[in-house]
Amino acid sequence: MSEKTAKAGSIRTLARILPYTKKALPRIILGMVAALAAHMLALSIPNFLRGLVDGITSKTTFDQILTPVLWVLGLGVLEALMVLGRRWLVLTPGTHVEANLRRTLYAKLQNLPVAFHDRWPSGQLLSRSTQDLSLIRRWLSFGLVLLVANGITIVIGLGVLYSYSWILGTIFLVIVAPLWIIGFRFEKDYHITARKSQDQSGDLATSVEQSVHGIRVLKAFGRGGFITEKFARDAAELRKTELTKARMVSVLWWYLSVIPELALGVSLFVGVWLMQNGQLTIGGLVAFIFTTRVLHWPMDSIGFLLSMTIDAQTAVERFFEVLDEPIGIDDPNKALKVEKLEGRLVFEDVHFRYQDAPESEPDLLSGINLELQPGESVALIGVTGCGKTTLTALATRLYEVTSGSIKVDGVDIRELNRIELRSHIAMAFEDATLFSASIRENVLLGNPDASEEDLHEALAIAQAQFAYDLPEGLDTKIGEEGLSLSGGQRQRLALARAVAAKPAILVLDDPLSALDVDTEAMVEDALRTVLKATTALIVAHRPSTVQLADRVALMQDGKITAFGKHSELLATNEHYRFVISSLDAAGELIEVK
Amino acid sequence: MSMHGVQNEEKIELSKEETKAVRARSMRLLGSVIRPVRNRLWVSLALVVGAQALRVSLTWLIATKIIDEALPQALKGSFDMLWFTVIAYLLGAIASSALISFFVRFAARINQDIMLNLRTRLFRHTQKLSVEFHETYTSGRVISRQTNDLDSIMELLNSGGNEMIAGLLYMIFTAIGLILLDPTSFGIVLVSFVPLFFLTRWFQKNTRLNYRKTRVASAKVIVHFVETMTGIRAVKAFRKENSNEVKYSDLVEDYRAVNAKVIQLFGIFDPGLILIGRITAAVVLLVGGLRVADGDLKIGALLGCVLYVSSFYDPMEQLAMFYNSFQSANSGLEKISGVLEEKPSVEEPTNPAVLAEAKGHIEFDKVRFAYSNGKEVLPEFTLDIPAGQTIALVGTTGAGKSTLAKLVSRFYDPIDGQVRLDGYDLRLLTDENLRRAVVMVTQEAYLFSGSVADNIALGKPGASALEIESAARAVGAHDFITALPDGYDTDVNKRGGRVSAGQRQLISFARAFIADPAVLILDEATASLDIPSERLVQHGLKTLLADRTAIIIAHRLSTVSIADRVLVMEHGRIIEDDSPAKLIAGTGKFSKMHKAWRDSLV
Repeated sequence: MSEKTAKAGSIRTLARILPYTKKALPRIILGMVAALAAHMLALSIPNFLRGLVDGITSKTTFDQILTPVLWVLGLGVLEALMVLGRRWLVLTPGTHVEANLRRTLYAKLQNLPVAFHDRWPSGQLLSRSTQDLSLIRRWLSFGLVLLVANGITIVIGLGVLYSYSWILGTIFLVIVAPLWIIGFRFEKDYHITARKSQDQSGDLATSVEQSVHGIRVLKAFGRGGFITEKFARDAAELRKTELTKARMVSVLWWYLSVIPELALGVSLFVGVWLMQNGQLTIGGLVAFIFTTRVLHWPMDSIGFLLSMTIDAQTAVERFFEVLDEPIGIDDPNKALKVEKLEGRLVFEDVHFRYQDAPESEPDLLSGINLELQPGESVALIGVTGCGKTTLTALATRLYEVTSGSIKVDGVDIRELNRIELRSHIAMAFEDATLFSASIRENVLLGNPDASEEDLHEALAIAQAQFAYDLPEGLDTKIGEEGLSLSGGQRQRLALARAVAAKPAILVLDDPLSALDVDTEAMVEDALRTVLKATTALIVAHRPSTVQLADRVALMQDGKITAFGKHSELLATNEHYRFVISSLDAAGELIEVK
Repeated sequence: MSMHGVQNEEKIELSKEETKAVRARSMRLLGSVIRPVRNRLWVSLALVVGAQALRVSLTWLIATKIIDEALPQALKGSFDMLWFTVIAYLLGAIASSALISFFVRFAARINQDIMLNLRTRLFRHTQKLSVEFHETYTSGRVISRQTNDLDSIMELLNSGGNEMIAGLLYMIFTAIGLILLDPTSFGIVLVSFVPLFFLTRWFQKNTRLNYRKTRVASAKVIVHFVETMTGIRAVKAFRKENSNEVKYSDLVEDYRAVNAKVIQLFGIFDPGLILIGRITAAVVLLVGGLRVADGDLKIGALLGCVLYVSSFYDPMEQLAMFYNSFQSANSGLEKISGVLEEKPSVEEPTNPAVLAEAKGHIEFDKVRFAYSNGKEVLPEFTLDIPAGQTIALVGTTGAGKSTLAKLVSRFYDPIDGQVRLDGYDLRLLTDENLRRAVVMVTQEAYLFSGSVADNIALGKPGASALEIESAARAVGAHDFITALPDGYDTDVNKRGGRVSAGQRQLISFARAFIADPAVLILDEATASLDIPSERLVQHGLKTLLADRTAIIIAHRLSTVSIADRVLVMEHGRIIEDDSPAKLIAGTGKFSKMHKAWRDSLV
């Protein structure tokens, strides 16, 4: 890509943020004006110095000195007011833009399908929502404003220098010009290294996260030292990159500080020579020196303002990477409504493959046909990794079928709004996600209007009575910021949550795996009453769970290969016996020695 | 209230002694990271002193030498002085820039060394801290110590530190230059210190308060965000989107409001500095101009004074900002030093015994265990497990099975009594020594990012591909692994979501297999396996456990079939202890459980 198209691209990328800044834009532009005015005031001060210096003789009166000083004072105060004005104009709208973008991103992320979240680690999303957006805010209310104002100031400032002496102005310009080339070159190289260091520190954060979440494994194998060494090596790599960055910065600093000084030194010499020839007054020279000082900061700042702009561009890019993502699983244009669901759930020739699955791989689900009558409960059986969990996720459109259809009471689930569909179908997942809220809120999540009785009933069915004994009973806060619960306890609460939703259709993914045998038996007894009235699809690994269901569907190679009662299948289907029965290959129960 | 370690670290208002204790320990930490680099710090200080002194004297050179001396001489036709001074100026400029540039590089090296030191030290220490600590402190906080808090220190070192020192020195040297050049002008600057002092104090007081508020507000936004994204399935399944959006929107607004407030403080402080600077410069100009008219002051000196005064206040903003980043780095440092102060409740021996080749004989000798909150889990008991024996531990949730297992793998130490391996108290063995002999596999089959092969090799770093494959074969994981897109080289992170819970567990079994320990503990390690996989594992276990000691905890009694001996636990006590056959034949609890289990099978 040539420099030019890259620049056009970057401006176009940055411009995409405009629709979100509509309200803020007028104030940002006014802010630019204020910034420019402040710079102009600063630039005009040396002119009064010239008048003052040139006018001073032994006969000068107090008034003759006071007038220019008052001018200098007035202009200085006005400059400070302009800076205050710029900040006041620009800062608050900037934070509104940031908050607006943050909400937009969050809403979009909640709307994107689970498949998207499978691909994107939450850390990547978080850094977009935090660092990237605050960078955009700073760029809008600071970088952009000053880039424009300082750019114009440099051009006008050069004009002012010319006005004192065209020769000095030219000398200054010629010596300082390479600074911009150096600046541009620096930006290009620095950008790459900065990105590298961002990635490396992201990797370090991942190592930290894994070393903490996997602490039990590391302890059990005594691999703390091993993983620490690896971490130290990675950290040393980051150090190296950071030092490369520092080296680049130090070179830039060298140029940034030495070049203007060289320009000033040469100008001084030439200036004195000009004075001797009568082409410049002492006041002119003083004003010239002073003006270069005023221009010092705008010139210095161009480098980091450009780098900020490039960073902002990356941030905008990263923001739109998420925002441009198609929703994939969307609500229909004209949604149907189902007042009361009977609970007939039908899978018709359902195919499914993950979008990123290699071509050579067959569909994970290749033609599932399954019909659940209202009130019927069906257990889903198959070897690990055969797609049982995926099938359950299709019913609530957490994933979308690749082809075929799923119908509830004869209505294709794609014809319903997602919110409505999910109010009819409640799920309990194998790994139970609870939110940082009270037990009560967690259990009633799917049915906030439920009565106190419903709540107690759901807890009783899931054998989650332990909740009453927590420090603050059902109002105890749980989750990352609250009390930590054991795996079995979490699973029972998640089950209670699904039950409390009182759905027409219940989808349970191996909901009892973390329970001990006795508790499992109690939960099963209680669940039976619920399942009498509810359509249910239950992923099961154990015969005991299978027995909750009226009938069993056996999954194999992406299809349902057998469907019937547990006892029938056990008698007739060899693969079924293989999957569910603890009978050994020889047909013997694995006996105790 | 004790402030030792991580206790009460969330507390905002501290008493005097508490503040003292916390400050002392964070200063100790600071001292310990600075000590190794202290010589270089002096060098870097010398560099920046030199650079700033030069910078300030260059202005002095322009004012007094070039304008006041060389200029009049040149106007009279003698350019020697001008040549001399301008060249001196150029050389000085080059030297000062070179020093600054060198300082940037040198300081970065020091900062990075400090960070590397702190980073690895904290990482190593958290790895050493016991599981009990991790369970109570929660993963979120451990991670935030190692990311956010370290970042705040790095920020201080990177930008704050360098610029603050450079800025401070610049101000000092400018003041000195001004005194030398014209004491009267310096007197005027001194007067300006009065409003400067009040402005800065106002700024610091307000930012400090609001700064803390922003950190709290932003943490809330982050926590809510992460919780939504990691629990997105449940969010969608239970239609939490709308209520989430409302709550998140409020949190975002809270953060915005307090953040805007902090930014606005800068928005007043910065123009305030400019205002003070401009007024002071005007007064200097007025007084100086009058004295020039009287012939008491030269033009160049006046120019020098005005230049000094107008750049004198520039570093103030950096200084004020430094104070903020110092605040946040300091609170990070306080928390980090708290974590580092935590002692592992399971300590390394000072004079370790050496157990060269463990046989696997385990003894519990009058062992009693209670959690640090005093809750007794295991009342005093004695138990002897001969080398090579396979033990099944059964009982309801909370009976103390896992605790017993964790005592053997020394996740905890007993309150009273001894746990011995081949006659050695576990507390006498080094961690490395113990872990070579004892390995535990839990229900939670955590996979680290990297390939499947890497994850298996964690059990034996440096294992060959052949060893890895045969371990996978032994536990029945080989088939599904070869079916993955890249076989053993498949990155578990990229497709980690798609490796089912059962498959994870098989990988973690292979990990244990390759470690080849004398004592193997399986804590609910087969819970997520489906029956065919469990069957494969069972077959594998028969050979795997033949010549080693094993403790197996399982809800499902199928595992008991391969045990030599069954221990039934209830409320922390072992209530039955015999061979499985005898227990089944008897009338005890195990006999009943076994019957119920058999009935449930078909």
